[in-house]
Amino acid sequence: MTQPKRVLVACGTAIATSTVVAKAIEEGLAARGIPVITRQCKAAEVPALAKDFDLVVTTTPVPQDLGIPVIQTLAFLTGIGKDQVLDQIAEILRKR
Amino acid sequence: MEPAREGREAGGGSAGEGRREPSAAAQAVALSPRLVWLRMKAASAEEVIRRMAARLEEAGFVRPSFVEAVLERERTNPTGLPLAGELHVAIPHADVEHVIAPALAVATLERPVAFRNMANPEETVPVSVVILMALNEPHRQIEMLRRLAELFQDPDRVRRIYEAGSPEELIEGLGLNS
Repeated sequence: MTQPKRVLVACGTAIATSTVVAKAIEEGLAARGIPVITRQCKAAEVPALAKDFDLVVTTTPVPQDLGIPVIQTLAFLTGIGKDQVLDQIAEILRKR
Repeated sequence: MEPAREGREAGGGSAGEGRREPSAAAQAVALSPRLVWLRMKAASAEEVIRRMAARLEEAGFVRPSFVEAVLERERTNPTGLPLAGELHVAIPHADVEHVIAPALAVATLERPVAFRNMANPEETVPVSVVILMALNEPHRQIEMLRRLAELFQDPDRVRRIYEAGSPEELIEGLGLNS
């Protein structure tokens, strides 16, 4: 068993948007054979939390110098480029 | 086509299986013709939000603090979403403490108004459909949120919402109660 990867999912208020994004990532990555654990947070909380995660996925801008990869995307809300983003996330997580 | 994968999560992922039982999560969010505006004439995002929030407050769904909380959030973390088609949406909302009972208010706009882009607050998005969300327990309302995201991903469905001839038709088009 591989350890689940840890993905921090950020949006403005950690209410609606990140809930949808986190669920879509869990399902999309499970379909790619990568179990993940997600946690939601506000964009402003990302710098303090990032060190415990493998990847940040955010809908709104966050600092880039976090020491872990950051993907900023609206794909899980708009559908535009969703499969490509899931492939990109899978590739990053496979290397970590 | 790939074969169906095993081990899907319980409770999720029945997409493509046609109509489902009404979901408690989806039904728990109030959605009524009184909370729908067709072809609202408004000059700005702030005006749209103020008018919609006032009715949510009158109807007892949100606290008086809700409207300013939503406007403040738009300033710091805007909610305009550029979609694949010609019509774009915004999903203004605020922290749960401002909400008494969950509800959605929906407006189509006579002319688009500029919301700032969630992904890049320095850009604006011309928005034609505004869904003001009063949510108090987003994890219980996940099914509704997922259905909204599915709607946004289908330009034809967004177009049908925009062209709805009655509040009832718009609500039907949201697909949250089926």
